Amino acid sequence: MAVKDFIRERFFPHIWCAGCGHGIVLNSLLRAVESLGMSKNEIVMVSGIGCSSRISGYLDFHTLHTIHGRALAFATGVKLSRPELNLIVPMGDGDALAIGGNHFIHAARRNIDITAIVMNNRIYGMTGGQFSPLSGCGIMATTAPYATVDQGFDVVELSRAAGATFVARSTTYHVQQLTKLLREAILHEGFSVVEVLTQCPTYFGRRNKQGGAVEMMNWFKDHTTPVGSKAKAENPDLIERGIFVQKDLPEYCKAYDQVIERAQKGK
Amino acid sequence: MKSNVKFVQGNEACVEGAIYAGLKFFAGYPITPSTEIAEALSARLPQVGGKFIQMEDEIASMCAIIGASLTGHKVMTATSGPGFSLKQEALGYAVMAEIPCVVVNVQRGGPSTGNPTHVAQGDVMQARWGTHGDHAIVAMTASNHQDVFAVTVEAFNIAETYRTPVVLLFDEVVGHMREKLVIPAPGEIPLVERLHTSVPGGVDYHPYLPREDGRLPMSDFGGVHRYNVTGLFHDMWGFPSDNPGVVHGLLRHLVDKIENNTYQMARYKEFCLEDADTVLVSYGSSARSALHVVRNRRARGERLGLLELQTLWPFPAAIVREKCARARSVVVVEMNTGQIMREVKAAVSDPERVFLANRIDGTLITPTDIRNILRLIQGRGV
Amino acid sequence: MERCRIVFSGSGGQGVITAAILLAEAAVIEEGLNAVQTQVYGAAARGGATRSDVIVAEEEIFFPKVLQPNVLVCLTQEAYNKFYPIIRPGGMLITDPRYVKIETKVDARQRELEMFRAVMDRIGKPIVFNICMLGAVIRLTGLIRPESVMKMLERRLPPAFMDMNRQALQIGIELAEAA
Repeated sequence: MAVKDFIRERFFPHIWCAGCGHGIVLNSLLRAVESLGMSKNEIVMVSGIGCSSRISGYLDFHTLHTIHGRALAFATGVKLSRPELNLIVPMGDGDALAIGGNHFIHAARRNIDITAIVMNNRIYGMTGGQFSPLSGCGIMATTAPYATVDQGFDVVELSRAAGATFVARSTTYHVQQLTKLLREAILHEGFSVVEVLTQCPTYFGRRNKQGGAVEMMNWFKDHTTPVGSKAKAENPDLIERGIFVQKDLPEYCKAYDQVIERAQKGK
Repeated sequence: MKSNVKFVQGNEACVEGAIYAGLKFFAGYPITPSTEIAEALSARLPQVGGKFIQMEDEIASMCAIIGASLTGHKVMTATSGPGFSLKQEALGYAVMAEIPCVVVNVQRGGPSTGNPTHVAQGDVMQARWGTHGDHAIVAMTASNHQDVFAVTVEAFNIAETYRTPVVLLFDEVVGHMREKLVIPAPGEIPLVERLHTSVPGGVDYHPYLPREDGRLPMSDFGGVHRYNVTGLFHDMWGFPSDNPGVVHGLLRHLVDKIENNTYQMARYKEFCLEDADTVLVSYGSSARSALHVVRNRRARGERLGLLELQTLWPFPAAIVREKCARARSVVVVEMNTGQIMREVKAAVSDPERVFLANRIDGTLITPTDIRNILRLIQGRGV
Repeated sequence: MERCRIVFSGSGGQGVITAAILLAEAAVIEEGLNAVQTQVYGAAARGGATRSDVIVAEEEIFFPKVLQPNVLVCLTQEAYNKFYPIIRPGGMLITDPRYVKIETKVDARQRELEMFRAVMDRIGKPIVFNICMLGAVIRLTGLIRPESVMKMLERRLPPAFMDMNRQALQIGIELAEAA
């Protein structure tokens, strides 16, 4: 199947700004899905609210565009009631980790087989550029005119601590790696998280004097390094890319099958 | 001893009704006084091949059942006041996206944490208007366990028929009280199953295009039709639209599909109304006290009757008007500051003959409380 | 049969609520009567004053709470002091002298039964104290048969515990007969 067969062409052009990284994530995701040879009927995409969440409308899967922050909770209901389906949940940084932070850590704790993609542009785009829990300190935003004093989350460490069994990170610059990581995440049986550093030139880049999309992507190139590289040892400020966690633990729906078995044995 | 006779709490009667109706997925979070529903379903659902999940909060529970409903299952969540507040946004989503689901609220004293282990009926208006935006909703209640069972089954039937969330508004007394429940034989109460589309794969399916009879056939997630579900205003394919015609049409449809069927959804019971010059209007556990008074006073020759409402929303105004038409006075018995009384006043021709007998202290209103109000209305003093 | 309104009271962990449920359940399932059981819920799972109301009748029961019991069981002094004023004049008030010192001014037939001591002397397990109390209640009220209670216990308990419970129920019945 060609990549084009996965999209709902009549809804293009998309709503994202010129230079936005979300289209690159969409591209990588489609290539990953294509390489897996899955039927479109087996894939359910659940999203919340925000720029990134609009990704679901453009794709020819079963798509559930829900409410702000709760995509993983909806996805948990879909997955547990029909475990044979593949659940992909693209989220923005605010969607996933501010309003949806509780659902995020609990989905990870259960190790339910859902692929969570955190499209991290460090800003609330759809509402016009407010800081997010991933902005970090010293960031200018429409709700931080004197720069943020809030610390940011580290998505990788948070996911690891919460119990996710697959955790990876890449950027919109590293599209080959991103496609590979998304593919592995979808294949992984358990809760998988892929954090994608993506650019919002309109609100984040402009306000923080990071230039346009090209400069922002160059920044991803220059400030990231493969996991465990020598460069990281020499420069701790570099952001690591790659797979951080990959382990086999009982998946939630499979584990629940045991509950059913136990309940029916007593009958 | 017949095994279909049980002595259970109202919360368990609700569980048995839900299982009878074909419940296959429940998501919940512990909260008094509804917790027994989650506890019982954690045991019962896996026995019938269903799924129970304890979510991280009430919001997630509401969201999870909506997700599960889209895969073709009958779904439910249960909560109480504070949790019902948390569910409101997702409840509105279910209204907008037309997802069949049942939401139980075993009412306790509020606002806020209020009076967790004590009875109240203060969430009647919250059930009606709790989620934001114009919308219609279905809410039902019952006063005894046989009726709790029956309205629970009915809630699932209405949810499937009209593709809508249905709220079951029980209360602490009915939820916790134990009394007899006779489980009906399979088939004794008719069940409405999910209406699936007959449109074959490869042919354009419109998830939001009503048939001639008003029903909207569904297609399960995982099936041959891939479509979009959203909380945004949407067209007949489920894709977002802000076209004024589409927006108007959808909102009109969401309200009309419920309100135009008020009569079909109206469940109520009447006791001694034929010649009643005083009509009590009540629901839930308050109706037990009201019925106690009616039985006692009738034995003494007083012409007292009871209209017990089981469907609260859409409010069956025409039925209330008709049943109260000949009464000299109408007394609404409820445990709040008059939430249904205001509806009754709006329904009858002369609202000045409508009175309130209430109690808002976490104690079940007693027959004596009601008798005292009746004496005052009748000018006989307390 | 007359409508019977019973209030069971004591402290959390004494099995007061279990006894109330057993009585009402047996009345409904085994005796074909109507019964409702309610209880007062507090925040504490153990300790504190507990109360459970049971109404048993041949006709339907609507108002489910007991305002004026014709049978009142008080298993702690706290419960006695709190609830003896609500008893229906001439009603029956059952206590255990180990826990409760009764007032003389109460307009009720007060039955002081040494249930705890009898249970400890003859069975040695305080856990069946509530079943002994239930035996006394059903003997004094004549509401239901002891076999009906045993049937309810059979549904709940492993067979190994049945003897002990049967014995406790019997002790209660005997104490009531002697009273």
